[in-house]
Parts: sequence; structure tokens; C-alpha cells
Amino acid sequence: MKIPFSYSLRNLWTRRLTTTLTASGMALVVFVLAAILMLAQGLEKTLVETGSYDNVVVIRRSSVSEVQSAVERYQASIVETDPAVAIGDDGKRLFAKEILVLITLPKRGSNQPSNVAIRGISEESFRLRPQIKLLQGRMPRTGSAEIIAGVSVVKRFNGAEVGESLRFGMRDWTIVGVFDAGSTGFSSEIWGDADQLIQAFRRPVYSSLIFKLRDSAEFEIVRKRIENDPRLTLEAKRETQYYEEQSKMMAKFLRILGISLTVIFSLGAIIGAMITMYAAVANRIAEIGTLRALGFQRFSILIAFLMESLLLGLSGGLAGLICASLMQFVTISTVNFQTFSELEFAFSLNGEIIVTALSFSLLMGFVGGVLPAVRASRMNIVDALRES
Amino acid sequence: MENKAPIVEVRHVSKCYHRGSQIIPVLQDITFDIGDGEFLALMGPSGSGKSTLLNLIAGIDKVDAGTITVGGIDITTLSEMDLARWRSVNVGFIFQFYNLIPVLTAFENVELPLLLTSLSKAERRAHVEMALRVVNLLDRMDHYPKQLSGGQQQRVAIARAIVTDPTILVADEPTGDLDRVSTGEIMELMDTLNTESGKTIIMVTHDPRAARKAHHIRNLDKGVLDSDAHP
Repeated sequence: MKIPFSYSLRNLWTRRLTTTLTASGMALVVFVLAAILMLAQGLEKTLVETGSYDNVVVIRRSSVSEVQSAVERYQASIVETDPAVAIGDDGKRLFAKEILVLITLPKRGSNQPSNVAIRGISEESFRLRPQIKLLQGRMPRTGSAEIIAGVSVVKRFNGAEVGESLRFGMRDWTIVGVFDAGSTGFSSEIWGDADQLIQAFRRPVYSSLIFKLRDSAEFEIVRKRIENDPRLTLEAKRETQYYEEQSKMMAKFLRILGISLTVIFSLGAIIGAMITMYAAVANRIAEIGTLRALGFQRFSILIAFLMESLLLGLSGGLAGLICASLMQFVTISTVNFQTFSELEFAFSLNGEIIVTALSFSLLMGFVGGVLPAVRASRMNIVDALRES
Repeated sequence: MENKAPIVEVRHVSKCYHRGSQIIPVLQDITFDIGDGEFLALMGPSGSGKSTLLNLIAGIDKVDAGTITVGGIDITTLSEMDLARWRSVNVGFIFQFYNLIPVLTAFENVELPLLLTSLSKAERRAHVEMALRVVNLLDRMDHYPKQLSGGQQQRVAIARAIVTDPTILVADEPTGDLDRVSTGEIMELMDTLNTESGKTIIMVTHDPRAARKAHHIRNLDKGVLDSDAHP
């Protein structure tokens, strides 16, 4: 039978100061790990939520994002007539030809220029994204130099309030409204009439085509039809898949960065835990001898000390995780490597991150505690009792 | 006192300690018996080997030569794991410095050896309460060792030693850290355990007053056991 769990727990409580200091080191490591994983998760969540499962994005084959894509007008017309495109109540095809270009705007506070995505939209663009709500002002008129700004753009950049005007593409553009697209990437964009933007930026092509499927199950058929049409050098993806891919590189970078930092930091925390546990063993040699004399096996001693170290790791892990969870109230913006535009997103905590962070804290506890626990379990009973 | 059937049989036991390349003989060809229900005091100067002999009988140290049989089991042939199991059932330990676990209450300290048995929680509780009643500390069962006096701590240690109803009680200087009054109380308690409960007690002591309670006193000098003597 095991040495009671309360033995390990109370020993940690008895050494409150040492326990707190050691657990704090571990908490810091878990905080860094969890925060960076939350950052990557927040980025992914924001971009994945940007897309709708029933929408299809068509871009030039092999282009990674809309920014690098070019879709000729005749190609757009061919895709528009595809029978799989859904038709609205008013008889119009739920199909939008869009252009995405980047401009620089000065950020609030620092005045440093940063990239902002301008999306040229068609009439149906709003119907394809029902999550978009106009918060202020009105929609831009077709054929005019009017734009509406996403709520994150207004928040983060100078001159993006309703009534103000921005100069790009050798024209002045009046902001006539502010829209909110929830926690999606659209909130970090400025929208205007696609044809006006094509003229302003002298781009004779669209960046992407977006349409809603008549029947979601038809996606594979449409995809094959578009990708096998010799007139089209395009590829079709579900909108959710497209935005998921947009987040991959950045999220991967963040995860690698997070794990690398954590591994380096964790070495310090593990050494701290090891010193604490070696000290715990050294202070309790007579206790170990007593327990062994009473009949507890070496394995029970090993488990008791390992349990103590795991509890130390777990307490550090929980503290780090609680601190990291507060980061959910923080939103940050950064340049997405794949689109080169600023994207605002929040730290996002999910079950997987909780499990990963706590597992890592337990791993630190285990690695830090295993050698002292082995030492404790290997003690000679008579030698240990002499320490009384 | 009449001779009783031996519960402990020590035969030609020798033990050496190694200090670097130096070999220090501690016990030399020790042979003697301890009767069932006997109260034996082992005395002798420091370094005479009395604690080593006690440790060998208690199964926490290994002989270099010879055999020790306790309750019909030759403990020198047992593996380490079997020996640990054997100790948990057959040996009750009383140490000079009580060796209570400071983070556990008196109740939990006494319960420790019972965790190695198959008793239910309720059965364990009944056993612990009975042992604490014997040492007259039932009202202190929720106290931690640091909240008890030295004498009380030793009584808790005695309760821990008897809670499993072991074959033998081994006590290494049980009064070595106690004042005169507490020494008297502890020795009375051990005497009661021996006379009323029939416990076999093997005690190492320097204190002649403590040894007076024993039925037999055996003296060790330089690892050699002298002839039997009555107190």
C-alpha cells in the first residue's frame, strides 16, 4: 500500500516558502508556454471563423493567398455561371468578385506605418458574409470612392473614423461606415467597391472569387469542374479551409517559438525543482529510514517523493495557467506572414492548451523529482535511521 | 523466571562494517535465544554492537554469517521485499528520538503500519484508537508531534509499535531522550505491555534504571556477548 497522499501534500505545505518559490519558476514557464499556444490558437480561431463552410473561395492555382492571386475577368465569368452557385431569393447569384490589396496606414499611438488589407467587394459580398454588421454610418455606394472600415482598423489606425478620408491609389476615399465582423479577420480590413479599387490600383484582374454553394455536398464536384477546366488556371477551396491555411505558417512559427522558449526556460525550473527535492530528501532521511523500517517498500518511498514533486509541478502549472487565462482579455495585432497584413486577434484558451500546459508542468515535476526520489528510495535503512 | 520457548534464535551471527579498505568487526559469533514473552535488555558501552544486533533481529540489517530465526522464520534468507513485508507484520519499532512523521497527526502516525495491511478504514480506526487508549493518548490523537511533549511522543511511537500486534517489539534507547519522570512512565508502559499483553521486548539501553524492568540483561562488549544476567 502507498504512503498516504497527505504525507506528500503536507510536506509541501510545511515548506511553504521553498514550495512557492519553486512553483513560481514552474508557473513562469507554464505561463510562457500557455500564452504562446493561446496566441497561436487565437490566430487560428480568428482566421478559421472568418470563413463559412458553405462558401467557396477560388484563387489562382498555387497562390498561397488572395494577395498573390490573380483571376482574369473571363475566368470570373466562367465560374460565375457554374450551376453549383447558389441563387438568392431575389434571383441573383450569390457570387462575388473581389480584389485584395495592401496599403499602409499609421498606427494609433506610435504613428508607425503598418499594412492594412483593402478588400474590393461586389454587391453580393455582404450576403456571403452574414456575420458582418454595420455599426456606424452606411454601406458604400457602388461606383463611388467610398469605403467602410472594420472595427479593428478604426481602433488601431489613425484617420479611419467615419467622415474621415484616406488617400491611397492616388485618390481620396471617404469612410462612410464602420462594420463589425466579430472575432474574424474581416474586422481588420477596409472594404470598398471592387471595380473602383481595380481602377485605382491599375490591376486588371480580381484577387478571388467567392460564392455560396447551392448544395454544400456538391463542393467536390465543383472543385473538380473548376480545377479540370482547361480555360481556368484556378483552384477552389472551402472558405473555412482557405482561412485555416492562412493561419498555418504563423501559428506554426508561434508554436515553435513557444516550445523552444519553454524548453530553455524549463531547464531552469527543472533544476530548481531538483534542488528543492534533493533538499527535501536530505531533511527527511530519518523519516525515510523510519518508513522503510515500518515495512514500506522502496517503491512506496519512490512514489511518495515523486508524488511530492509532481504536486509541486502541478501547483506551478495551475498558477501559470491561471495567469495565462487572464490573457484571454487581451487582444493584440500582428502582421500575418501569409497575407502581410495586420490582423487583430485575442489569446484563446482551449482544452488542448490546458492539457498541454498541465502535462508539461507535470513533466517538469517528474524530471525534477525523479533523481531525488530514486535517491530516497535507495537509502540504506540503518544509515538513514542514524540521521535521527 | 522460568524458561520459555524461544521466539528469537540467534545462531553464530557475525557482522562487520567496511570503512574504505578497513574491515571493522562489530559482532562475533553471537548465539543466544530470546523466549516468547521475554523482556530482554541489551547493554554495553558505545560501539559494542548492541544496536547492530537489535537491527539484525529486527530485519533492517543483514548478517555476514549465521542465522536469525524469529517466530520460526529464518529472516536471513528472506529477500529485501519479503523482509519488508515480514517487518510490517512481526516487528514493532521504538526509537530513541521517537521517529514520528512530523506532518502526520498522532492518529495518522499510529495508522501508518496498518496501511500495509488489508484492514478497512473502519478497522484501522478501531485498531489505532485501541493502541492510543493503551498509551493513554486517545485525547491527543489529532495533535501533531510538535504539539506533544517528548514523553507523549514516545508513547505515540509505542502505540505505533503495538498497533499491528507484532511478534516482537524492538526498542533502541527508548528513554535516551527523556527526562526522569517520562523515563519512568515509558518503562512502566513497556513493563505493562510485557506483563499484561505478553509482548516480547528486546531493548537496547545505557540506562541501568530502565534495564531494571527487563527480565534478562545481556551485555555486549566489543561484539562479544557475555553470560546471561538477571537485573
